[in-house]
Amino acid sequence: MAGKPKLHYANGRGKMESIRWLLAAAGVEFEEEFVETKEDLEKLRKDGALLFQQVPMVEIDGMKMVQTRAILSYIAGKYNLYGKDLKERALIDMYVEGTTDLMGMIMQLPFQPPEAQEKNLALIIERAATRYFPVYEKVLKDHGQEFLVGSRFSWADVHLFEAILMAEECKPDILSSFPQLQAFKGRISNIPTVKKFLQPGSQRKPPADDKLIAKVKKIFNI
Amino acid sequence: MTGKPKLTYFNGRGRMESIRWLLAAAGVEFEEEFLETRAQYQKLIKDGALLFEQVPLVEIDGMKLVQTRAILNYLAAKYKLYGKDLKERAQIDMYVEGTTDLMGMIITFDFTPPKQRNLALIIERATTRYFPVYEKALKQHGQEFLVGSQFSWADVQLLEAILMVEEREPTVLSKFPLLQAFKARMSNIPTIKKFLQPGSPRKPRPDDQYVATVMEVLKKD
Repeated sequence: MAGKPKLHYANGRGKMESIRWLLAAAGVEFEEEFVETKEDLEKLRKDGALLFQQVPMVEIDGMKMVQTRAILSYIAGKYNLYGKDLKERALIDMYVEGTTDLMGMIMQLPFQPPEAQEKNLALIIERAATRYFPVYEKVLKDHGQEFLVGSRFSWADVHLFEAILMAEECKPDILSSFPQLQAFKGRISNIPTVKKFLQPGSQRKPPADDKLIAKVKKIFNI
Repeated sequence: MTGKPKLTYFNGRGRMESIRWLLAAAGVEFEEEFLETRAQYQKLIKDGALLFEQVPLVEIDGMKLVQTRAILNYLAAKYKLYGKDLKERAQIDMYVEGTTDLMGMIITFDFTPPKQRNLALIIERATTRYFPVYEKALKQHGQEFLVGSQFSWADVQLLEAILMVEEREPTVLSKFPLLQAFKARMSNIPTIKKFLQPGSPRKPRPDDQYVATVMEVLKKD
């Protein structure tokens, strides 16, 4: 028993990546067990390890936690990245839901029919540039603080940072009209735990390639 | 200024219904503004009322809260329906995410072209993936409520999910005796009993008119 959280998921980003980011940002070491085949998934299910038959699953503090948001909320709460009171938590929740929606669109892209991908990529870029990034740009501009909520590093900052990097992978100059976000990105990159996670050899996963996509489709019957 | 929370959404269930349920269960009165036209929606956006240009919107305690889960989390905590500590909150979150996924299938169902709808899948998921979990939870601890022997958001959402699935398949609880008993117990809680009565803010099942209004206002193809 290492006492470290143990993550069960495919060997790729998907819904687990935000959890990896949050643990890493909090400076928490974790172990990973990868679901490589349908049999691996079936075994977890048969063992009763997956409450709703689904991954992500994170073993932490004696619990087998499932459901991405539940896991993220628990980690944020446990490691003091969830604001100082109810109202700050509400702000963090709102901001995180926004970046979740944006990253969700990007995550789904490889699983969509090839004919739809170009159109959907364009929609992602449009949404990032007109619906999501302007919100965070304005928040930072309005209060002039380093972090999104309560002048303190929180889950919202980690999540926004992850979303920015993902969006930049879609379009490298996507932050060109967002000076506050550019500065934000620079600042967050330099936080030691984040810096460490950005380095090669960390548990951060690369974007999905065709091989992984094919594997995931097979394991999860997509 | 009444001090009551104000809900802005279409005049129907959608993503706002879980919020109505939670407020009602907590005994909190609220006001509603219904979105009926695209012009109304665009005005809300122009006025900067919608953080991500989307509803639900709930104005409460000086905030314009958007994003269903953010709103529900806030309400659950504010009205003490979110457990007593982090671990109970984690349990509640897991249970709620499950019922959210199940209800999400039904919400999507009404907006799916009739030829592509798959009610059988929803019922299968309800009876093999979701309801067994809650049946087992109740069986294992033998308590009245899902988490911590205390009424919580998880109980409200489970009741809502049960009723929603029963509307599509009335016998869906036939193999779940504990959920049947749970349903009866929850229905008798005074605030919930009141919400279940005609004339309450509870919304009826979506009909074609509702679907058409939503599509028109949001200009979805």
